[in-house]
Amino acid sequence: MLNLDFEQSIAELEAKKEELSRVSSSGEINIADEVARIEKKIERLLKDTYAKLTPAQKVQVARHPNRPHAKDYIDALFTDFQPLAGDRHYAEDAAIIGGLARFKGQAVVVMGQERGHDTESRVKHNFGMAKPEGYRKAQRLMALADRFHLPIITLVDTAGAFPGVQAEERGQAEAIAKSIESCLRAAVPIISVVIGEGGSGGAIAIATADRVYMLEHAIYSVISPEGCASILWRSAANAADAAAALRLTAQDLKQLGVIDGIIEEPVGGAHRDPATIQAAVSAMIDAGLQELLSRHPSALKAERRQKFLAMGSKGLS
Amino acid sequence: MNWLSNFVRPKIRALVQKRDVPDNLWLKCSNCDAMLFQRDLAANMQVCQHCGHHMRLSPTERLELLFDEGKYTEHPLPKVLADPLKFRDQKRYADRMKDAVAKQGRSDALVIGDGTIGGIPTVIAAFDFGFMGGSMGMAVGDGIVAAAQLAVQKKAAFVAVPSSGGARMQEGILSLMQLPRTVIAVEQVKEAGLPYIVVLADPTTGGVTASFAMLGDVHIAERGALIGFAGARVIESTIRETLPEGFQRAEYLMDHGMVDIVVHRKDLRDTLARVLGLLMSGPKFGGGKKVESAFAGPHGATQIVLR
Repeated sequence: MLNLDFEQSIAELEAKKEELSRVSSSGEINIADEVARIEKKIERLLKDTYAKLTPAQKVQVARHPNRPHAKDYIDALFTDFQPLAGDRHYAEDAAIIGGLARFKGQAVVVMGQERGHDTESRVKHNFGMAKPEGYRKAQRLMALADRFHLPIITLVDTAGAFPGVQAEERGQAEAIAKSIESCLRAAVPIISVVIGEGGSGGAIAIATADRVYMLEHAIYSVISPEGCASILWRSAANAADAAAALRLTAQDLKQLGVIDGIIEEPVGGAHRDPATIQAAVSAMIDAGLQELLSRHPSALKAERRQKFLAMGSKGLS
Repeated sequence: MNWLSNFVRPKIRALVQKRDVPDNLWLKCSNCDAMLFQRDLAANMQVCQHCGHHMRLSPTERLELLFDEGKYTEHPLPKVLADPLKFRDQKRYADRMKDAVAKQGRSDALVIGDGTIGGIPTVIAAFDFGFMGGSMGMAVGDGIVAAAQLAVQKKAAFVAVPSSGGARMQEGILSLMQLPRTVIAVEQVKEAGLPYIVVLADPTTGGVTASFAMLGDVHIAERGALIGFAGARVIESTIRETLPEGFQRAEYLMDHGMVDIVVHRKDLRDTLARVLGLLMSGPKFGGGKKVESAFAGPHGATQIVLR
C-alpha cells in the first residue's frame, strides 16, 4: 500500500507491526498483544486523520493509485458484463469502458472512465482521459440504453478530457457537448457515482444524471487545483490553496445542492477496504434505482432538466 | 521615510509621467502592429484595415452590427446568488466582480437583445470578453437560459455569440453546472422548431465550447477566431511538441468539420440573414401547416422554469 505524505506516522506504525509479526511468526516470542495494540493505534490514527482531511489531502486520496477504479466496481457490482467498443466513427477509446450488464438482476448500461492500475494498463486506458471517440462511444451507449429502456449507471473518475492536438482536431468540445446532450435526452434513469476524481467537462459529459453520488473523499471540480493555481496564483505550488478555494469536496458539493448523496468510505479510505466501499456503492445505486424506476420515462427527463435548471440557488453557509 | 514616499515620490512621478494622450484616438493592431485611427477602425467594424485582423467587438457593437438597422431591445440578465463559494485567491472574487462591473458597465459577461435580422425575429445572446474573459458563471448561464426562453416565447430564432475563456472557476462546480444548463436551454429552442445558430467569435474555448457553442444547427465562425477545448499551453505541456500552424483557428476548425462557414465580419450579418431566411421558410405541406419534423421529439417545447 502506497502511503500518502500525511500518513507518515501511520506508515511507521504499519512497518513496526509488520516487523513484530515477522518476529512472532518465527515463534520465538509471543507478541500478539503488542501487535493488537499497534493495530488499534493505527485504526485510531487513520480514523482521526481521515475525519479531518483537508481539501488538498482529499485530492491526494481521490487520486490514490490503489483506490478501486471503474473496472473494479464493474467486476464487483455487476454480472453478465458485456463490454461494447468503438464510436462507429473513428476508434475505440479504452479511457471510457462500458457495455451491457446486470445490476442485481436488472439489465443496465454501465460505463466509466478507467485509469488503469499499472504502467501497461494506464497507457492502454490513457490514464482515464478520454478523447472524442470515448465521448462518442458514451453517446452511443446512452442512445442504446434509451432504445432498450435500460437504466444507465456511470462511474466517474478522470483528471479530465484528454488535451491533445488530435483530440482537438476530432472535436473534443463537440463530443463532450453531445455527450451531455445524450444524457439529457435519455428517457431512462441515469445514476452517476464520482468514485475518485471528477475532472471538469470530461466528468460532466457522463454525469448529467438524475442522481449524482460522490464517495466521501472523492473530488469534483471545474478545474484541477493545479490548473487553477497556475492561473489565479500564477504558480502550481499554490494547488492546496486552490483546492480549498474551489470547494471541490463531496461535503461542499452536497451543501451546494450539486450532488444528491455522499457514500461513506471505510476507515482510511476506499483503497484500504475495496469490498466495503463496493458494498456501500452498490447499496446507494440500488436505492437510487428503485426510486427512479417508479417514475414515468417522460417525467424522468423533465425532472432531470428541472434539477439542473434549479441548480445554483444554494450557496455555502 | 513617510515624507519621502508620500510627498516627494508622487511629485517626481507626476513630473516624469507621460503627458496624457487620449488613449481612445489611436490603437495598435494586435496582429500587425499598425497604428489605427480609432474612428476608422470603428467604421470598419473593428477589423484592421491593413491586415484584416478581426479585433474583438463589445457585445453592444455586436448587437448593433447584427440586428436590422442596429436596433434591438436589451433584456437584463437574471439576478443570481453572488459569490456562492466566497472565493478568494490573491484577490477576492467579490472585488474582481466589482471591478469588472465598474469597468464594463454591466452586471456580467453577457448581453441579451431581441430584434430582427433580415426581418426574422431573433434573440441574440452576445458575450463580453472584457468582463472577466467572458467567463461563464451562474449569471451568464442563466442569461443563456433566459435568452433561449425568450426566443421560444417570441417564436424567434436564437443566435449565440460566444467570446469566452470558458467556465468561471471562481464559481467552482456551479460554473461547471452551466454546461448542462445551457445545453438544456438550446435543446428547448430546437424542440420548438426554431433555428439555433452559433456565431463563434474570438475566442471560444473551454466549457463554453464544450456545451451550447458546439450544438448549433449551423456554426458560423469569424475569420481567425480561436476556437477549441483545451488551451494551447495545456496541450503543449501535455504532448511536448509545438502546435501546428493555424491550430484552433476558425479555418482549421472548418477543415476539421466543426464549423460550417468562416466569414469576414463585413459579411456576417448578410450570411446570418440568409441562413435564417432559408431555415425559416421551409415549404408548407397539407393545409398550410408546417410538417412536424421526423427528427423532432414526440414532445413539444417544454417551458423553461427559471428560479
